Amino acid sequence: MEMQQIKFYQTGTFTVGNRLLDEHQRSVQANMQRTNSLNSGHRACQGCGEALGARYAIDAAMRAANNQVVACNATGCLEVFSTPYPETSWQIPWIHSLFGNAAAVATGVAAAMKVKGRKEVRVIAQGGDGGTTDIGFGCLSGMFERNDDVLYICYDNEAYMNTGVQRSSATPAAARTATTPAVGAAPGNAFGQGKNLPEIAMAHGIPYVATASVAYLRDLEDKVSRAMTARGARYIHILVPCPLGWGAAPHDTIKLARLAVETGLFPLFEAEHGEVVRSTPIRRRVPVEEYLRPQKRFAHLFGKTEAVDTIARIQAMADRNIRKYRLVDERRHG
Amino acid sequence: MDKPFAITLDPGSSLANRTGSWRTVRPVYVDRLPPCNHACPAGENIQGWLFHAESGDYEAAWHELVKNNPMPATMGRVCYHPCESACNRGQLDESVSIHAVERFLGDEAVKRGWTVAPGKETGKRVLVVGSGPAGLSAAWHLRLAGHAVTIHEANAQAGGMMRYGIPKYRLPREVLDAEVQRILDLGVALKLDSRVDDLPATMKAGKFDACFLAVGAHIAKRAYIPAGDANKILDAVSVLRGMEKEEKPLLGRRVVVYGGGNTAIDVARTAKRLGAEESIIVYRRTREKMPAHDFEVEEALQEGVRMKWLTTVKEAGEATLMVEKMALDESGFPQPTGEFETIEADSLVLALGQDVDLGLLAAVPGLTFENGSVQVDAGMMTGHAGIFAGGDMVAGERTVTVAIGHGKKAARHIDAWLRGEAYSPPPRHEVATFDKLNTWYYLDAPKTVQPVLDIIRRQGTFEEVLGGLDEGNALFEARRCLSCGNCFECDNCYGVCPDNAVIKLGPGKRFRFNYDYCKGCGICVAECPCGAIRTEPETI
Repeated sequence: MEMQQIKFYQTGTFTVGNRLLDEHQRSVQANMQRTNSLNSGHRACQGCGEALGARYAIDAAMRAANNQVVACNATGCLEVFSTPYPETSWQIPWIHSLFGNAAAVATGVAAAMKVKGRKEVRVIAQGGDGGTTDIGFGCLSGMFERNDDVLYICYDNEAYMNTGVQRSSATPAAARTATTPAVGAAPGNAFGQGKNLPEIAMAHGIPYVATASVAYLRDLEDKVSRAMTARGARYIHILVPCPLGWGAAPHDTIKLARLAVETGLFPLFEAEHGEVVRSTPIRRRVPVEEYLRPQKRFAHLFGKTEAVDTIARIQAMADRNIRKYRLVDERRHG
Repeated sequence: MDKPFAITLDPGSSLANRTGSWRTVRPVYVDRLPPCNHACPAGENIQGWLFHAESGDYEAAWHELVKNNPMPATMGRVCYHPCESACNRGQLDESVSIHAVERFLGDEAVKRGWTVAPGKETGKRVLVVGSGPAGLSAAWHLRLAGHAVTIHEANAQAGGMMRYGIPKYRLPREVLDAEVQRILDLGVALKLDSRVDDLPATMKAGKFDACFLAVGAHIAKRAYIPAGDANKILDAVSVLRGMEKEEKPLLGRRVVVYGGGNTAIDVARTAKRLGAEESIIVYRRTREKMPAHDFEVEEALQEGVRMKWLTTVKEAGEATLMVEKMALDESGFPQPTGEFETIEADSLVLALGQDVDLGLLAAVPGLTFENGSVQVDAGMMTGHAGIFAGGDMVAGERTVTVAIGHGKKAARHIDAWLRGEAYSPPPRHEVATFDKLNTWYYLDAPKTVQPVLDIIRRQGTFEEVLGGLDEGNALFEARRCLSCGNCFECDNCYGVCPDNAVIKLGPGKRFRFNYDYCKGCGICVAECPCGAIRTEPETI
């Protein structure tokens, strides 16, 4: 029998830090000198997933780019809660664009940096799902198509939360929003609508596309770092639970982000030049019901009579993702 | 002054916005009591020493361990580890093999000669009667407090029941000797072969200020069994004690042991090793009702010991025993059935429990007794001021670990008493139950299995049955600890706070909340793996 060296570190890389790991193996967030790009005092709701996701991503980008980062921010929650004039929570060079043109502004900044010969300065554009999948989609598609040297990060909380929880093209099927009320024969958001932006980005054949989750910090930081090693148009789509819009407890933000991944509803993967190259295997597979039940936007599925058919349709979507991205068993993740 | 077009205000930081005022509940760091610590009769800080072992600092781990228990190499072998029955990891996969890591640390300490320094001399003198686990533990703790300690031991060697009751295959004597020596090296005077018959006189002669009695329970209980002339009836205490002598007890080819406790198992397994072809345990109830621990029963069965359940010994003849079948009644009590059977036996060993020899205490005024035990108060003091007692001679469970705990507890009270104070133990924290943990974060890891001695070699030798862990798998096993209820600096709270309201204080210093900005969302509480953060309502 061949002996195998067992490396075992109690919590491994599942926790943010781990005193048992070597310094260079620890996460950016565990570091006492992390940038804290998005500092305290911002006005995001209690338990905001977007505030967390933005700090995770930009701190990782800052480390990867040796602190030479400019961020362009679409209108949306992230901009509103972080920068009410004249205060700001951002501790990096940061510019607010319109709702729909963050990608175009970032393209401009990148062009300006190129003209000035400031190759070391890296440009990030960021926005919510509304500013990315709906309003800013034209500019974003153009940025992809021209392969502009910008990393675009979408913080997807699955609706227009800032303006009062209206449906976006990233809102999941059956979810209740202010514009898709839980009434009638097919309550909530309709099935078969919306956009899968990571796949649309892949269809542009850009160098790098990835999905990430605030529940998988190390995975998220790895992806941001990898994106920063490439030039050209890159896209990262981060799922960020919204306690307000999802009707969830503020302390459940990370739990829900984790369940979205473990059910298969939000697959974690990376693609290069239009091809999926890696996916993050599910550690402990759970039925979609576990994810849906704690959220009030899905409460109508669990009323007096459980909407068994609807839940089964959502489960089928999760199962399809698991098959498509090979999220179970076949461990291709290095 | 000169601001750009349409700009009227200076830029400011959001730090001006104290979002802490939104809070209705606040997170608070706590240390909860891990279930292992809660269950340990010796009061070990198990989570505490595993924390050091996890990082490979075995010496620090050992020092944390011996704050409560001076004999880890011994205890890691003979303790029945109630800590492991309570371990939260048992609900996840399998409990942490705490005893195996403890034994590893104990063996390392012996190998590397780790020790501690005695306390600053106080000039007070304490007499300890008996050098069993309770007496040795008390001596260790009293020396750490700086008191002079003299142990009087009636036997030729120290160790009490650890030497005269526990077989070598469970506790090799060189391990016991090394740990006893370390205690003596603290400056404990040990007087062997010196039975104390007149306690007040001994105390006066030695100018002792206080005394800790720990003479154990060495008198075997008897049962009336009509017997012929030629049969051989022995008791378990003398058989096991006889194993420490040059001349081993002669038990014959067929040995019957009467009783269902761990001592019965010890004798039956010893008989096998002495060459008995048959070693049979006769017990009047069923296996489920047996007080002996299941793993010991299992090991005995592997070694060829046979068990006769629901049976009592009625009469002992020459080379035979008449036994009667029993049946459990509705209340689970065994009742005779009138069915008899004859089994062949060269000797019968009674393992029916032990009593305390209260003889030496007859002359001590103020002592009270109940059910054959010395009565002590909550501080282990007897009715006579300055005389404390512990171990098997007081009421309670009779295990080595309980005795170690008694010794420590008594030492603390004796120390306080000598200073004219009263010792009050620190308040106990709330227990870190399984529901307080977020176990998603822990890696899957099955328990490390200790090597077991080959069955053939267990037949005729007294080699240790259970092997120890090596450094690699001891480290692995230590890292299986969930650190229930106590921060192990995983940085989760520092990372998951959306408001950057957790301040990391650096390695070993843990974290602090910045309540100026904490909004009280509770993510840190939900995502703390080990349940070391609690929410408390905000007072307005």
